[in-house]
Amino acid sequence: MTDHDAEPYDLAVVGAGPAGLAAAGVAARAGLRVALLDAGPRIGGQYLRRPARPDPPPRGAPAAMLARLRDALGDARVLLGHRVWAVEPGPDGDGFAVHCLTGREERARTIVATRLLIATGAYDRVLPFPGWDLPGVMTAGGVQALLKGDLVVAGRRVVVAGTGPFLLPVAASLAAAGTTVAGVFEAGGRLALAPQALVRPGKAVEALGYGCRLLRHRVPYKGGRAVVAAHGDGGGLTHVTVAKVDAHWRPRPGGHETVECDTLAVGYGFTPQLDLPAQLGCAMAADAVGGPVVRVDRRMRTSVAGVYAAGETTGVGGADLAEIEGVIAGRAVVADTMDMPAAGASMDIRVRVRRLRLAGFARALLRAYPVRDGWMSWLRDDTLVCRCEEVPYGRLKEARDLGASDARSIKLLARPGMGRCQGRICGEAVARLAGAGPAPLRRPIAQPVRLGDLAEMDERTPDDDT
Amino acid sequence: MSGAQGFEILVDGRPVPVEPGQTLGAALHAAGIRTWRTTRFGGRPRGLFCGIGVCFDCLITVNGTANLRACLTEAHPGDEVTTS
Ligand SMILES: Cc1cc2nc3c(=O)[nH]c(=O)nc-3n(C[C@H](O)[C@H](O)[C@H](O)COP(=O)(O)OP(=O)(O)OC[C@H]3O[C@@H](n4cnc5c(N)ncnc54)[C@H](O)[C@@H]3O)c2cc1C
Ligand code: FES
Repeated sequence: MTDHDAEPYDLAVVGAGPAGLAAAGVAARAGLRVALLDAGPRIGGQYLRRPARPDPPPRGAPAAMLARLRDALGDARVLLGHRVWAVEPGPDGDGFAVHCLTGREERARTIVATRLLIATGAYDRVLPFPGWDLPGVMTAGGVQALLKGDLVVAGRRVVVAGTGPFLLPVAASLAAAGTTVAGVFEAGGRLALAPQALVRPGKAVEALGYGCRLLRHRVPYKGGRAVVAAHGDGGGLTHVTVAKVDAHWRPRPGGHETVECDTLAVGYGFTPQLDLPAQLGCAMAADAVGGPVVRVDRRMRTSVAGVYAAGETTGVGGADLAEIEGVIAGRAVVADTMDMPAAGASMDIRVRVRRLRLAGFARALLRAYPVRDGWMSWLRDDTLVCRCEEVPYGRLKEARDLGASDARSIKLLARPGMGRCQGRICGEAVARLAGAGPAPLRRPIAQPVRLGDLAEMDERTPDDDT
Repeated sequence: MSGAQGFEILVDGRPVPVEPGQTLGAALHAAGIRTWRTTRFGGRPRGLFCGIGVCFDCLITVNGTANLRACLTEAHPGDEVTTS
């Protein structure tokens, strides 16, 4: 065992996406002992996801970024297949205990570190609609992950729907993989992105590239349209109802069409993965459209001393912004560890400027593709809002009629968000249906665990993995 | 995809091909098996939804171990999946 494997680590990084990779590399190359943990079997996170044995070797921007970040990891200890389900301050109030489950057997393991960086990224925001729990309906990110990580095309005839610029790369990669994309339906304006071209021309060119690819594959891309219902038989999804919607996403009378498909890839942007910072009591802030994010200072420090956050936990903004935030966080950890605040303060001005520019673009994108309340009119009484506990919209309305006027009391009465996913999927929808904003839900643990593991939480498992 | 050695797993006794590194969820989905459990109350079929371990729709039973997330669990040679 080398010195670099000795606990306590100076820094534990949770999440090996662009943000976590960049931060771990910066800290490790400065001589810190770093543990980089990820639930997945490979480094990279969402954007840099790749198959186990890519053949031919992947090329293009993501492959180059991954190679660059991997080569810069230095002596950081990479711990894959580690699902972090709880983090807590260390026993003597010093440092942090990071509780993981490893492997299929879900073996418990605890990593101890002086500082902690949370870089757990984001996941697809989905809104309920009739039929959204039929087999064949998947999140847009899930369809993309299946293709990028497992080389499996989700279906033979796919509809892509929702809102935001991410729908285009999803449709383009499906078309390139040879599947039929029956249509891309953007609930917002198709050209919402256009003003942003002035802010970041490179991204506009990228969007244009996807657009051209879709044209080449004759994929229709329509704005002001939403999938308001999915239909199927015993075998799963057979077709979807696409409605023309107004600026509030309410269906316009008579503007419905039926599109046959075996798969629907649906996504309404992304939501930061906030379980761990919520557990630690990190203060939250609102993003450009009111969604919850971890509050950080200019050097990515959260309100809890010793805890940093970078990447999409601090706001959804894509891989380039995540990487820059990781660099800034890594440098801040180094400066704080070596007790050299000045070193951190005089941080490379170019890095700061780049972050500001990318964050500005991210805010503009969020504002260009907001979620509009009209989706609530797509619901029927028997539409499940909570997939885990199978709570239909009708029961939520009953709770509301009984006087439950906020997300919390609706949750207590009708029990949405009380199942296995702990409200990650339906939490925002329930909050919005209760008339509140997309408030963060308090969740005690990041991953459901067996009770035995909870009991063992105090007994630290030795770091026996060499 | 070529080069690497593929293998098979058994799903309710039926062989399903797997490319090395694929998750159980991906292998089943690719074989046209889109659901492998039903919900407690309504008996609704469930398979992959979020694809990244968030939704818990894809819970699967492998070699007698229940409640693994198929989208996160890499398939191993000899795995036996039972659906319900
Ligand atoms: C399903 C999905 C697919 C996407 N595909 C693309 C794409 O193809 N192109 C694109 O430009 N953008 C894509 N995105 C957007 C993506 O979020 C950003 O581009 C970028 O990857 C964000 O970087 P990050 O470092 O903040 O987090 P991520 O890249 O999301 O990395 C976070 C990492 O944290 C790990 N993690 C999370 N929670 C835990 C835990 N409790 N324990 C251990 N590990 C944990 C995850 O396994 C993941 O590897 C996708 C997003 C999602 C949700
Ligand atoms: S598909 Fe959502 S957890 Fe596996």
